[in-house]
Amino acid sequence: MGEIKEFKPEILKEIDRIIKQFPEGNQKSAILRVLHLAQNEFGNWLSADTMDYVARLLHLNPIEVYEVATFYSMYNVKAVGKVVIEVCRTGPCCLVGAENIIRHLENSLEIKPGQTTADGLFTLKTVECLGACGYGPMFQIGETYYENLTEEKVDGILNTFRTAQN
Amino acid sequence: MGQKLLLDTVHIENIQTYEGYAKQGGYQAIAKVLKSMSPEEVLEEVKKSGLRGRGGAGFPTGMKWSFIAKPEGVPRYLLCNADESEPGTFKDRYLMEKNPHLLIEGMIVSSFALGCHTSYIYIRGEFMWILHILEKAIAEAYAKGWLGKNIKGSGYDLDLYVSPGAGAYICGEETALIESLEGKRGNPRIKPPFPAIKGLWQSPTVVNNVETLASVVPIINRGGEEYAKIGIGRSTGTKLISACGNVNKPGVYEIELGISVEEFLYSDEYCGGIKGGKRLKACVPGGSSVPILPHYLVTKTAAGEQRLMSYESLSDGGFATGSMLGSGGFIVFDEDQCVVRNTWNFTRFYHHESCGQCSPCREGTGWMEKVLHRIENGHGHMHDLDLLWDVQRKIEGNTICPLGDAAAWPVAAALRHFREEFEWHIKEPIKCLKGNYGLVNEPALAV
Repeated sequence: MGEIKEFKPEILKEIDRIIKQFPEGNQKSAILRVLHLAQNEFGNWLSADTMDYVARLLHLNPIEVYEVATFYSMYNVKAVGKVVIEVCRTGPCCLVGAENIIRHLENSLEIKPGQTTADGLFTLKTVECLGACGYGPMFQIGETYYENLTEEKVDGILNTFRTAQN
Repeated sequence: MGQKLLLDTVHIENIQTYEGYAKQGGYQAIAKVLKSMSPEEVLEEVKKSGLRGRGGAGFPTGMKWSFIAKPEGVPRYLLCNADESEPGTFKDRYLMEKNPHLLIEGMIVSSFALGCHTSYIYIRGEFMWILHILEKAIAEAYAKGWLGKNIKGSGYDLDLYVSPGAGAYICGEETALIESLEGKRGNPRIKPPFPAIKGLWQSPTVVNNVETLASVVPIINRGGEEYAKIGIGRSTGTKLISACGNVNKPGVYEIELGISVEEFLYSDEYCGGIKGGKRLKACVPGGSSVPILPHYLVTKTAAGEQRLMSYESLSDGGFATGSMLGSGGFIVFDEDQCVVRNTWNFTRFYHHESCGQCSPCREGTGWMEKVLHRIENGHGHMHDLDLLWDVQRKIEGNTICPLGDAAAWPVAAALRHFREEFEWHIKEPIKCLKGNYGLVNEPALAV
């Protein structure tokens, strides 16, 4: 058993609103959205404890939550840094320089995709097409898209997060 | 300058709000429908319009709607597919961000025509900020009486909700979307039964793309016959095209179907030509899944006719010398791009996104990725090309859903048109790591 998890009351209210969007007995449909909320609330990733808590909230078997959490690429099932950089590596972004941006991120952060910086601040993830092909290279942090990236822009963004951390 | 039916008002600053949208004539289509039309009459207008699915398949929307089963006492559902994930495609995102009420109005009209009382927009999880835009607009529509019980005194009830995915290309396939909306892994279902008979929670369901549903609004406002006058042949109306890659002006454009590819690619109204004055090497005109065209087949067909931006003209010549309009994801490659590298990249995408249910797709996409990676990195063999051809051929048509075909076609087309570039990678392993092959030659016409 890890620490006991509990959503804040306003999030529980939001979950109640989401469950009501589906016919009675189909609360399972809320699972994807609730997992997004859980990931936001509990450290950017879904631990077994977090998934078990979501299962109890939605009256599901834990396996029903695990199998969803492991299927969708937005869910992190391993611990990640405070800031997760999800950089697009798909064709159209590569036509306009995504590979250089990925290399620049690797050099600046001194990590490879899938890794987290020693200070626990940044995790670098390469992801498939984020639907920003005309505005590449790009990455997503949280809900924000950073588009038309250059190395200078990337440096500025990283510094903003570093400053906010200190 | 062509007519715009979907993006005509996006430049207006407050078009995102109810007031802004209503001021531009918004909610007049649904007002007209509730006042004077039956569901059958709405369906008839959509059939007359010739509207075809804008998500990629191009299936006639009116016909799709007419398949929905209507058993007594069983609810029906309309689902909007906003899981826009096809590489090269970013049009639905633009439409939803800029003009959310247009989609909402289109969904109310369409739900009315189908007899649905609950409808959902399934949006990819990465577009969470657009989900917030849509929910805000939906709340406004409820407040103004366009959603909820007894809409504007018509007796018609409709609830509309938005639900997110969480990063899975496969959920753009309609039965995978339904599974995902039921809170499961996005594994496509075996068809039949088709969603029109048994879809969401085993009820009759129609799944339509964002742009398709938005297009229903101008169809009702103008009438189906008027809408059908725009475009060419069976490609009626306007289409959103998202242009990307090596063009001067990447972005989302609304075109009248039937303008020439040359105009779209080179005129300043649209792409504005190839960036940096370089030469065109290739184009994938309809999202990553459709066949790549070499430069000499982009603006002209193999028969030497002008190639048009239409379902028919882009597929002229079949897979031998044509491609598809697909989702409208228009990806342009300049002379410095490497077709082998791009094919490897796309194959890695499909391998990553394969749901894993069907062996040909799960295993085949991985094989293709590995073989292409080896060729791209100077370790390929000539027999690898036969192996690639064999693997893609064995995926195509042998899977539950079209992801298998979508993974096979780009490989087949690249080998078909760029074989000499693949062979060069194998014969010149050092050179291929340092530079690019350049343009392929146009084959001599068979005598």
